[in-house]
Amino acid sequence: MTTVDANGGTISVRARLKTLLASLQPIYVWEAGEAFVRGLLFVAAALAVIVTLAIGLGLLFETASFFAVVSPWEFYIGTRWSPDIARAFGVLPLVAGTLIIAGGACLIGLPLGLGAAIYLREYAPARIRETVKPVLEILAGIPTVVFGFFGLITIRPFLQEWFGADFFNGMTAIIVIGILIIPIVSSLSEDALTAVPVDLRDGALALGATRFEAMSRVVVPGAFSGIVASFLLAFSRAVGETMVVLIVAGQNVSVQLNPLHSMQTMAAFIARRATGDVSTTDPALYGSLFAVGFTLLLITLAINVLSDRLRSRFREVYE
Amino acid sequence: MIPRSRRRRRVKELIFVGLFLVSIAVALATVVILLGSVVATALPSLRPSVLFNFASFSNPDQAGYAAAIVGTLWIVGLTLLFSLPLGIAAGVYLEEYAPRNQLTRLLEASVSNLAGVPSVVFGLIGLAVFVRAFGLGFTVIAASLTLTILVFPYVVITAQEAVRAVPQSIRDGAVALGSTKWQAIRRQVLPAGTPGLLTASILAASRTMGEAAPLIVISSFSLLRFLPDGPKSPFSVLPVQIFAYISQPPAFHGVAAAGVLILLFLLITFNSVAIVVRNRLQRRRW
Repeated sequence: MTTVDANGGTISVRARLKTLLASLQPIYVWEAGEAFVRGLLFVAAALAVIVTLAIGLGLLFETASFFAVVSPWEFYIGTRWSPDIARAFGVLPLVAGTLIIAGGACLIGLPLGLGAAIYLREYAPARIRETVKPVLEILAGIPTVVFGFFGLITIRPFLQEWFGADFFNGMTAIIVIGILIIPIVSSLSEDALTAVPVDLRDGALALGATRFEAMSRVVVPGAFSGIVASFLLAFSRAVGETMVVLIVAGQNVSVQLNPLHSMQTMAAFIARRATGDVSTTDPALYGSLFAVGFTLLLITLAINVLSDRLRSRFREVYE
Repeated sequence: MIPRSRRRRRVKELIFVGLFLVSIAVALATVVILLGSVVATALPSLRPSVLFNFASFSNPDQAGYAAAIVGTLWIVGLTLLFSLPLGIAAGVYLEEYAPRNQLTRLLEASVSNLAGVPSVVFGLIGLAVFVRAFGLGFTVIAASLTLTILVFPYVVITAQEAVRAVPQSIRDGAVALGSTKWQAIRRQVLPAGTPGLLTASILAASRTMGEAAPLIVISSFSLLRFLPDGPKSPFSVLPVQIFAYISQPPAFHGVAAAGVLILLFLLITFNSVAIVVRNRLQRRRW
């Protein structure tokens, strides 16, 4: 069967059908391909939830079997941590050590980080900013094991000499972690300061405020939630810091408040004792690692969620 | 309100600027002193044996990093192989495809929560899941998988930023010319976002290379006497080996410092190569 096309020539219906199909087909092929690709990408994104669940459930599972041996009551209220000799699993000394070291580090790192952010944002000439920012990035990129080593060979002798600190002491960890969180605070606070419209600051300056007055009364309050968010993130980082404490702070787990003596944190305890064979040789200790890890995770998670909340709030204000 | 004297206000201004300068100075001085003290400690121990010898805890003059260097290269390589495709895919999904709904919010919340999990906790999970449950043992592959889930959120976040930075007009133009969404992403958005994706890979590699805490948990071979030769091999990595030497008597501090220099050298080399490539690409695109 033939038919006449627009140009007066003849072509078969079959050929026409074929061209029609050919013009249609790629769309179906594309749509299937698109859906397939989209599915693959979704699976990759879903990995985030899967890993989160695996971490939560994995820790919970091992923690639950530990709590079958040692009651959660004893674990969370007990004030004695001596997993080897006395078999006492009271986590409070570890929590106390963690809070002292992280809190002390924040006393040093938060003001310095915020000061650096304000200087870079408000005072520094472009040339200085361009030299200082990469240096802060270098500071942020130095592995923590290197920071710990630096504390051991440089800061620890100084503290021993001048303040009569022990060889392993909490103060070295406080100072080193304090420096370590400076770049975290400064980069996130600077973002928060940048999010405050320049008009507000200029308005204050136009009304006769000095730069510092404009900064402290207009820009910083405007960026307040973002700055607090950066503080919380830095605190959570300090709480989870492992290598520095492991290298410089020793392993004394009695509750004592003097950072010139040896101290132990939750993270450092895990890294010190969780070596390969512990699962077979000492099930109770193995379980306690996960219970401590689970507690550590809950603490940092709570801080991070709070920080995220604050940050999304400051994002909304000026956009 | 009573206006304060100009003089007092200026003095206050100067004091605070001084304090701000001190914060910058502390950060800068730390970098200088840190590098200075590490180099000074390392100098007496800088000899070829540090690079080519295996680990030793009996004689600091014989101690080296051969196995740790090879192990680091294996683990960084495998971790990038796993984490970059997964992380970039997840980042592209969240930026380009994800509808605004509860599920997407859950995905994004998971990513940011994962980024905040202390690294030593990943070590515990690696120990419980990869080493024990999957039966992988204390091997290169178990370490790489552990570090993959550790850097995954960072790759996702930087990949999202890279994709977001590509102007919408590029996508619209491609779709207007008849390309499908994925074609627009693959042929236009991803090539245009390559510099940002390279940043993601630099970040992932640097994190992987310097991470010690989780690998301390899942490795017990600080005296490895052979070169790791595959995914199934036991391993040692630079940061863990450095830590092992730090834990020895002070005679080993020189070797530890030399290891720090090797680690920093690897980090700097990798970063500068990636930055040069990135800048070249950036110039070529727009």
